[in-house]
Amino acid sequence: MESKRKKTVISFLGYVLAIIWLFPFYLMISNSLKTKKEIFNNTLGLPKDLTFDNYPQAFADLDFTKTLLNSLIITVISVILIVALSSLAAYALQRVKSKFSNVVFMMFVAAMLIPFQAVMIPLVTIFGKIDQLNMAGLIFMYVGFGSSMSIFLYHGAMKAIPRALDEAAIIDGASRFEIFRYVIFPMLKPTTVTVALLNTMWIWNDYLLPSLVINKEGTQTIPLKMFFFFGEYTKQWHLALAGLVIAIIPVIIFYFIMQKQIIAGVADGAVK
Amino acid sequence: MTNKKSWLYVFSAPVLIALFCVVILPLLFGVYYSFTDWDGVTVNGFVGFQNYLNVFKDPGFRQALWFTTKFSVVSIILINVIGLGLALLVTQKFKGTSLLRTIFFMPNLIGGLILGFIWQFVFIKAFASFGNLVGIESLQTWLSTTQTGFWALVIVMCWQMSGYIMVIYISYLQSVDVSLLEAASLDGANDWQQFWKIKFPMIMPGFTVSLFMTLSNCFKLYDQNLSLTGGGPYNSTQMVAMNIFNTAFSQNKMGYAQAKAVIFFIIVAVISLTQVYMTKKKEVEV
Repeated sequence: MESKRKKTVISFLGYVLAIIWLFPFYLMISNSLKTKKEIFNNTLGLPKDLTFDNYPQAFADLDFTKTLLNSLIITVISVILIVALSSLAAYALQRVKSKFSNVVFMMFVAAMLIPFQAVMIPLVTIFGKIDQLNMAGLIFMYVGFGSSMSIFLYHGAMKAIPRALDEAAIIDGASRFEIFRYVIFPMLKPTTVTVALLNTMWIWNDYLLPSLVINKEGTQTIPLKMFFFFGEYTKQWHLALAGLVIAIIPVIIFYFIMQKQIIAGVADGAVK
Repeated sequence: MTNKKSWLYVFSAPVLIALFCVVILPLLFGVYYSFTDWDGVTVNGFVGFQNYLNVFKDPGFRQALWFTTKFSVVSIILINVIGLGLALLVTQKFKGTSLLRTIFFMPNLIGGLILGFIWQFVFIKAFASFGNLVGIESLQTWLSTTQTGFWALVIVMCWQMSGYIMVIYISYLQSVDVSLLEAASLDGANDWQQFWKIKFPMIMPGFTVSLFMTLSNCFKLYDQNLSLTGGGPYNSTQMVAMNIFNTAFSQNKMGYAQAKAVIFFIIVAVISLTQVYMTKKKEVEV
């Protein structure tokens, strides 16, 4: 009896907290469906006369098809490169024991301590000088910044894969790359999921680096476009909120498809 | 022998080149620039430690550093307490725990910039109408005073990161041996005792990870700062990352900004290393 009452209290507390957590989303969505005037008079309640007029205009002003495409291109290419190149490097660094591999691995680990601001100004200057402040330059930078943590995770996972596998394949006449491609990489799949998801979450939402590298009409990603859009519409909440909802929809869809992997990946990435 | 190892160099070259161009080279250049009067285009001369001395006398930087420190301390404590609380909550047995996990974690998927904008609406419009409703005047101007702006940042950060920290604590709580808890329960240990005597020592390693993550996220915060308060009113809620950015790109004092960036790097590195070292030591004692 006692434990049943306790259960009710705990579950009630959980639901109340969940409602509090969702409240900002509720405010954003419900107000995006109101007229400008109704947001002013009735901020907290549900919309009285539902309007969808804010959405087409926000969608057009965000140039959303193009903006979404830019975000997708940059994120997908960067993540593929990070996964491929980091796993390849981690394989070599973990399998060969030498001074070189130790020093290089320590360098990648140490680089995780460096805050972006410490390298931000010279980075932009150097890439500006060689005329690489563009999408390709940005993707290259993401490989540089993303590889540290990815190599660290792959390096840890690699330890669990027995060397006997490599040796057997060598006897069969496989090259090092073939061993990596057909034996090792498939076995690293759980780590690959973690690495891909952590990097996707970071790159998709990143604002500061792209704002310094590709902040031009036509190449803007969702956070960049959102910043300009919001600046223009500070006094026009009905459009600003519709824009925010549009900007969030791709992430929410992704989350509901991948939520199990995302939560497991975050735990894995943090704990190791 | 060299031939045998050559694949090591080939396989690690691509990421090594990227790391070198993006992190190592800019860091070295940065340290060099911080000793000059660099304006982004040319270096006119060495100024020795003058930039560094000026940073310590800069009232704007000192205020930003103090604000960042206060913000980080308050946020780290709250995020870890709330995150652990949520983790204990959703590892109980009742209907809907996996939905609750999904909801609590959701804010992490959305970038700091967009989160800041959503909360700008909450603080400006929703808080104001609620203040009207219940007659609390101070809710009207939540983002326009330093004090409430501080708490606005703390609230947003807690709302976002608690779910992340929850996930980390859950993975440690799940490693707690259930039979141990059952045995304790039979021996008459109540929930409180079970938590402190059994679960707490087991999740101790989780603190290292969680503190490290919250600390580095809070101390380096930029996006939420930019989109929520923009540093205002009068730069009083400006944090270190934003101070460095503005010195470099609004005032064009590149060499000076770089000296700030180097100091920032040293602070972040020292705190992180000390913290990892101290928590590791404590784990052994437990």
